[in-house]
Amino acid sequence: MDPVLLVASIMVSATPILLAAIGELVTEKSGVLNLGVEGMMITGAVMGFAIAVSTGSPVLGFLGAAVASAVLSLSFGLLTQYLLSNQVATGLGLTLVGLGLSALIGSSYEGQRAPTLPKLDIPLLGDIPVLGRMLFSHDFVVYMSLALVVAVWAFLKYTRAGLILRAVGENHESAHALGYKVVRVRMAAIAFGGACAGLGGAYVSLVRVPQWTEGMTAGAGWIALAIVVFSSWRPIGVLVGAYLFGGVTVIQLNLQAAGTTVPVELLSMSPYLITILVLVVISARGAHGAPGSLGRPFHASS
Amino acid sequence: MIKRRTLLAASAALGLVMGGAAFAQDVPKIGFVYVGPVNDGGWSQHHHESAMQMKEHFGDAIEVIEQESVPEGADAERVLTQMALSGADLIFTTSFGYMDPTINVAAKFPDVKFEHATGYKTADNVSAYSARFYEGRAITGYLAGAMTESNKIGYIGSFPIPEVIRGINSSYLHAKQANPDVEIAVVWLNTWFDPAKEADATQALLDQGADVVLAHTDSTAPLAVLEKAGAYGFGQAADMAEYKPTPRLSSIIDDWAPYYIERVQAVVDGTWESHNVWQGIGDGMVGIGEFTGPIPEDVLAHVTQMKEDIASGAYHPFTGPINKQDGSAWLAEGEVADDGTLAGMDFYVEGVSGSIPN
Repeated sequence: MDPVLLVASIMVSATPILLAAIGELVTEKSGVLNLGVEGMMITGAVMGFAIAVSTGSPVLGFLGAAVASAVLSLSFGLLTQYLLSNQVATGLGLTLVGLGLSALIGSSYEGQRAPTLPKLDIPLLGDIPVLGRMLFSHDFVVYMSLALVVAVWAFLKYTRAGLILRAVGENHESAHALGYKVVRVRMAAIAFGGACAGLGGAYVSLVRVPQWTEGMTAGAGWIALAIVVFSSWRPIGVLVGAYLFGGVTVIQLNLQAAGTTVPVELLSMSPYLITILVLVVISARGAHGAPGSLGRPFHASS
Repeated sequence: MIKRRTLLAASAALGLVMGGAAFAQDVPKIGFVYVGPVNDGGWSQHHHESAMQMKEHFGDAIEVIEQESVPEGADAERVLTQMALSGADLIFTTSFGYMDPTINVAAKFPDVKFEHATGYKTADNVSAYSARFYEGRAITGYLAGAMTESNKIGYIGSFPIPEVIRGINSSYLHAKQANPDVEIAVVWLNTWFDPAKEADATQALLDQGADVVLAHTDSTAPLAVLEKAGAYGFGQAADMAEYKPTPRLSSIIDDWAPYYIERVQAVVDGTWESHNVWQGIGDGMVGIGEFTGPIPEDVLAHVTQMKEDIASGAYHPFTGPINKQDGSAWLAEGEVADDGTLAGMDFYVEGVSGSIPN
């Protein structure tokens, strides 16, 4: 088995869930549980594909996907933050809306081909033997997703705005008493989560598969949600989780293709087993890391 | 309160009208249940299109109801019950995993007739129908063997059921006829439809050195990846003509329409009886798509001849001598596999490596 090709495949496979999960992490850090990741991803997948096909530019496709999914997520924000609807139910509704809407929009794009996203051949770094081809010959979205993880980590840890976002998520009443605009902060976080999920979806339809098929994200959004829990709401954990899930999928397929005799079921099961294990360890330690106000409705009068 | 009462009365009246209308046009109601979306570009789409051809044939004489993306298992049972309750006379359940749900629901509705695709269980009101896809696999397998330069072909398996195992064996045996050095690598996905996973599996096979990949899943994702890599593949369940002339070299096309028309006619005439049919290229249920791409002349001549011989019955894709994977004899020289063994096939033939998951 060629490790160069393997690592390259893992990076492609992990990128969509990494993007969606890092967005959801920010949303949840602000205290909002948006279960509509799958719906936003599939919307991003179809919008990204449609725009890339009509304009011939995959970059515009990615931008369009981010905008479209952010707009969709704002409808969730409007319902949960201003009209105080139940977040779990609304999030599930968002998934259903996204799946239906994408099928409707996508019906005329079946069987079409997307313009390909060029791979960046980074000078110098790309010329390093082995490592160059393994790590430095991907398209820009792969690097952007990694940069985004670092950016989110730095934002949450070192900036004032990040501190406010965390304060809103930990205890919205205190944050409100301090004069922070809880609802506005949360709307911004929801839109960011939507945009990231849209990018992740577009990566599936423009790079990983590359075509539009109804229902093509096939549960990636739910895995992204699981990864956020797995990470105990830390960006580095999201990175590890996404590469673990993506890695196991790809390694499992490669082991099969190479004809090894490791039981397939065991490998497919392993990320879920590890998630359960991590959750057990976290709860045994007593600190699960979930934001204090996660999923709770907030109204300035209460 | 008055308003609410008016509303109730109105809806009751509406209900009567609707009920009356339904009663007035009491035509046979035909149900279809699909495992994927009806525009998956493959399996489910082809069942749907065949259903639509059947509907066109009968016009207003029948009514068609469809349900797509129904998961195999408990959900299928719920959907089937719902269809039976809503007055369906004949229900086609178009995926292997619907077999037990179909049998269970059929037992509860003895007056409703069921047709289950690709399974083997039948009852007084349940027929089984399937196509001899392995006949098509013989042809695509031969092409794969002839076209591979790395001597390694890949096969994306969905579930380890007899239909898929037959496909793998038939593909391998005929790839080997074309190229004695060929190896086959099998990847199991445990899903019929998951484009991202199908794409990843195709990439994994390419990374492991395969340059022709046969898919036994429902989407066109493998062809999209093969196109990018400059490798070859085949249309599965549908022609997948949008990938002509390459990477698609040919295709196995399921044509269910004539069967659907025949069976619905039987319901209309009141002559429907449970049966178990298995039709192939000769009956037209399995079609072979146009040969495209850089196929050499002699290979083209061979597969064209092979198609005719299979259709006429002169050649059976499982003709001995064939050994099982462990080297034990299965078919003697000139012996032809019987349908019973084929229907329950749970072993690889000699030369296929790896083991079948349980």
